[in-house]
Amino acid sequence: MFLINCPYCGERDQQEFKAGGEAHIERPKQPTELSDDEWAEYLFMRKNIKGIQFERWNHAHGCRKWFNMVRDTSNDEIKLIYKMGEKPPSD
Amino acid sequence: MSENLRVKFSEYIDETIRVSFKFNGKTYHGFKGDTLASALLANNVHLVGRSFKYHRPRGIMTAGSEEPNAIVQVNDNTNRTEPNVRATEVEIYEGLEASSQNCWPSVNFDIGGINNLISTFIPAGFYYKTFMWPSNFWEKYEYFIRHTAGLGKSPTKKDPDIYDHKNIHCDVLVVGAGISGILAAKNAAKNNFKTLLVDEKNELGGATIYQNREFNKIDNESSSDWLKKEINELKNIKNLEIKTRTSIAAFHGYNYLLGRENLTDHLEKKEKHNQIRQRLLKIRAKKVILATGALERPLVFNNNDRPGIMLSSAVKKYADFFGVKCGKQNVFFTNNDSAYESALCLYNKGIKVNAIIDIRDNSNSKIVKAVEKAGIKIHWSHTVVDTRGYKRLNSVSIMKLSNDGMIVTGNKINISCDCLGIAGGWTPAVHLFTQSGGKLKFDEENKVFLPNKYPSDQISVGSCRGDFKLKEIINNLSINLKEFLKIEQVDFDKINVESEKENSKINIWLLPSDKAIGKTKPFVDYQNDATAKDIKLALREGFKSIEHVKRYTTTGMGTDQGKLGNMHALGIIADTTGVKMGELGTTTFRPPYTPLTFGTIVGRNVGEFFDIFRRTPMNDWHIQSKAEFENVGQWKRGWYYPANGETMHQAVQRESKAARESAGILDASTLGKIDIQGSDASEFLNRVYTNAWSKLAIGKCRYGLMLNEDGMVYDDGVTTRLGENHYIMTTTTGGAANVLGKLEDYLQTEWPELDVYLTSVTDHYATASICGPNSKKILNKIIPNLNLSDENFPHMSFKEAQIDKIKCRVMRISFTGEHSYEINVQASYGKSLWDKCMEAGKEFNITPYGTETMHLLRAEKGFIIVGQDTDGTMTPIDLQMDWIVSKKKYDFIGKRSLYRSDTIREDRKQLVGLLTDDPNIVLDEGAQIVSELNQNPVQMLGHVTSSYFSPNLNKSIALAVVRGGKNMMGKKLFIPMENKTINVTVANPVFFDEDNARLNA
Ligand SMILES: [Zn+2]
Repeated sequence: MFLINCPYCGERDQQEFKAGGEAHIERPKQPTELSDDEWAEYLFMRKNIKGIQFERWNHAHGCRKWFNMVRDTSNDEIKLIYKMGEKPPSD
Repeated sequence: MSENLRVKFSEYIDETIRVSFKFNGKTYHGFKGDTLASALLANNVHLVGRSFKYHRPRGIMTAGSEEPNAIVQVNDNTNRTEPNVRATEVEIYEGLEASSQNCWPSVNFDIGGINNLISTFIPAGFYYKTFMWPSNFWEKYEYFIRHTAGLGKSPTKKDPDIYDHKNIHCDVLVVGAGISGILAAKNAAKNNFKTLLVDEKNELGGATIYQNREFNKIDNESSSDWLKKEINELKNIKNLEIKTRTSIAAFHGYNYLLGRENLTDHLEKKEKHNQIRQRLLKIRAKKVILATGALERPLVFNNNDRPGIMLSSAVKKYADFFGVKCGKQNVFFTNNDSAYESALCLYNKGIKVNAIIDIRDNSNSKIVKAVEKAGIKIHWSHTVVDTRGYKRLNSVSIMKLSNDGMIVTGNKINISCDCLGIAGGWTPAVHLFTQSGGKLKFDEENKVFLPNKYPSDQISVGSCRGDFKLKEIINNLSINLKEFLKIEQVDFDKINVESEKENSKINIWLLPSDKAIGKTKPFVDYQNDATAKDIKLALREGFKSIEHVKRYTTTGMGTDQGKLGNMHALGIIADTTGVKMGELGTTTFRPPYTPLTFGTIVGRNVGEFFDIFRRTPMNDWHIQSKAEFENVGQWKRGWYYPANGETMHQAVQRESKAARESAGILDASTLGKIDIQGSDASEFLNRVYTNAWSKLAIGKCRYGLMLNEDGMVYDDGVTTRLGENHYIMTTTTGGAANVLGKLEDYLQTEWPELDVYLTSVTDHYATASICGPNSKKILNKIIPNLNLSDENFPHMSFKEAQIDKIKCRVMRISFTGEHSYEINVQASYGKSLWDKCMEAGKEFNITPYGTETMHLLRAEKGFIIVGQDTDGTMTPIDLQMDWIVSKKKYDFIGKRSLYRSDTIREDRKQLVGLLTDDPNIVLDEGAQIVSELNQNPVQMLGHVTSSYFSPNLNKSIALAVVRGGKNMMGKKLFIPMENKTINVTVANPVFFDEDNARLNA
């Protein structure tokens, strides 16, 4: 059970949170311009990495805010948490 | 048979309090402080069960939670019965009843014992190979297995006990209160760490408090006396909480641990009453110190499982701690010095030790010298090759080991004995460490797996990290504790420790016999009856991975998870395959360390507290009116209101007719309500709904359909524009929380530039919905000053009004197709609003109706219910709701998906109406639809989603999803049922009042 440091509330138990899948997948600004393949890429394709993964999390039973998390899926270590709209770390 | 085997003096047994208990129906006596195992041993009862597969007689093997054999059912046939309990952990109390569970019909005459005689035919994988085929025989096999194998009996009566959950936050959690745990906890607390110390036993001190007094000394007194003084001091230490009878079941990531605190299992029935039985501790610790100790290993040799064969350390504990001699003629069999400490303990109490058999050729330690001096015969370089005695050991045969330990030579010597203490070395208890994600390393020299890399802020101390000698334990504890807690000193830095240093041992995982291995029974896993030859057979058959060998032979798969035998299994695999043990890896230890009761897991969340209920403010009225309730999400909703003994069908028919003929009233408070405010609210609705919202006038309502990004219908409901920048959205009852979550997600992550605020107000309003031709007259009575003319208050509009100075929102919207109003008031006035409506409606025979009638009425109109007529694979086009999808809007959630190659297929399942040729037949919801009856294989076209008998049309109606259904209007289809085929015709899904004349009636 993770201990997650919500950027708005502080450390809380994992059961207050909801995972929201891969982070930094931006909704296309002009969906109508996209081919079926391009739209399908946005709609369905997600990474499932063993190792460092960028994820979205929501403090569902708390402040209801979404934020980003960098997690090592091989040992569940949370490397970094940062707010929505902030750039992911480059390294 | 029953005789007293007590030896004098044990400070942990209160011989003034006699306790009587029953085992397998016979009454025995023990004393306060006894476990079921120690009390049985004191009565000379070793035989306590039968083994799982061969039904061999088995006795008590250990004195702790690792016990594989003495698994009992306690208090059978009562509401407190519990299976799979270890007799070594049950503290006896007056009135306790326990019985063997691995035997049928009785422990002394066991029908499954025949398996032992045919055991040559039950090798590894027997169950897989035999019971696989023929498959229709499985039921017979299962009956046989369940009857003869002792899986215990689950309780069938309601659990009378109370269970609890408790969250604990501490700086330091110490698991295990042996000498390492006690010193660690004491020093942590003294350095201002809020500390919790837990131990599964009822006494602190572990094995040190009954350690040999002569060879283990601290500051010139015996280590046991020194530790007792330390334990005494603990109660004066601030910041330290101690919980005994508390075992840690699981160690998860981020130092989250689950413990079980046992509060009443050791008490008499009358003392248990109204007390909390067990408490699940949810512990979040900043730091964890594991001091879980080590488990003694057995030795693997032919017939090493007879009652009377026990771990050497258990023999010692029963004598020292419980004051019980396990045998009158004792022999020890060992590969290290531990057995000598046990032998000396018995000797000092005047209990006879006939011999020690040691596979080593010598040992120079002081303790061995002391045993020699006592005159106990030691057989060096010997091994036990066989044992005898069916229900109780009576002798062992030994032979000389060759220099390489591979074979035996010379003459067989028989030694009579009724108890054999076996000592195969020690296995550090690393279970919790590995559960937490820790990786082990293999110490080739000592043949043990040790903690290597800690995955969280934790350390292992004492023998669970591989320190076995007192001096080594204390020295390493001091170093590690200072580093871990970042403290300058510990209070035991200056103590003077004397203990044995030497402990040479040799490991032979499978000891040789004079017989061929095929003719022997060297057990590795006692609980699951897996022998060394099963493991060798699995290897011969090509299983290589330890995980596969484990499953094929069932080694380590019992309730004890192979705590005793796993190392031997690994060793035998390593020896046979020539792979190093460290490279084989270990199997995974999974939580719980020892079994947990369901009661502990669920705590107080039983019965009506299992899941929360949500009730509307009108709930009491529904109950008084004898409503039948339906669960919708967490809500309790009125389903129908049977009057005068009506059936459900009769009630629903009456309610449905009344709503269309005069007036009906529905409690609609459960609909999800989201308050939407902000200067971009209109733009936001444009993006989340398929239709256009910018031009909706203030005071008007509009129905909206919400899709997922994949184009599939997600939710629907009516949204009302209350002001320029203010809307109230309604959602389905079950979808409210998810819709809010989804909208928040888009607002925060995709469109943060929008000025929009969402607030859930579902619980803040109560809603009464009045429908039917007389609804206008009723509303006029309730709010006389509101102009209800179609000009002033047309369909799909909203008015603010007051009822007795209470503000309310009235929407003229309809889910039934009738002229109707939804009145919303602050939730606390919900009941009085309802009463007013009922009072005003009396002269019109206003009829309360429930969800079933609501569903029927909307089906007459062909209105969908998201989640009933849709299942996450239906687009608005599939639902024939093209009219609600804006062609003009550039984008909305899901728009692009509506013209993917898959969603534009003509042969998708589409919503249609169905009419049965016989108007009296009502279809089953979920029934499959076909177009050809004699097709092979038959092709399913779709299924029925909603089906009712319509009292207003006097015929059966149904909605269905059918492949290519849009183009099938008027087509005959078939619904094959178990006993008949029903003929149906595809129809328009709007069955009633197609031109909506009644909305303005
Ligand atoms: Zn938060």
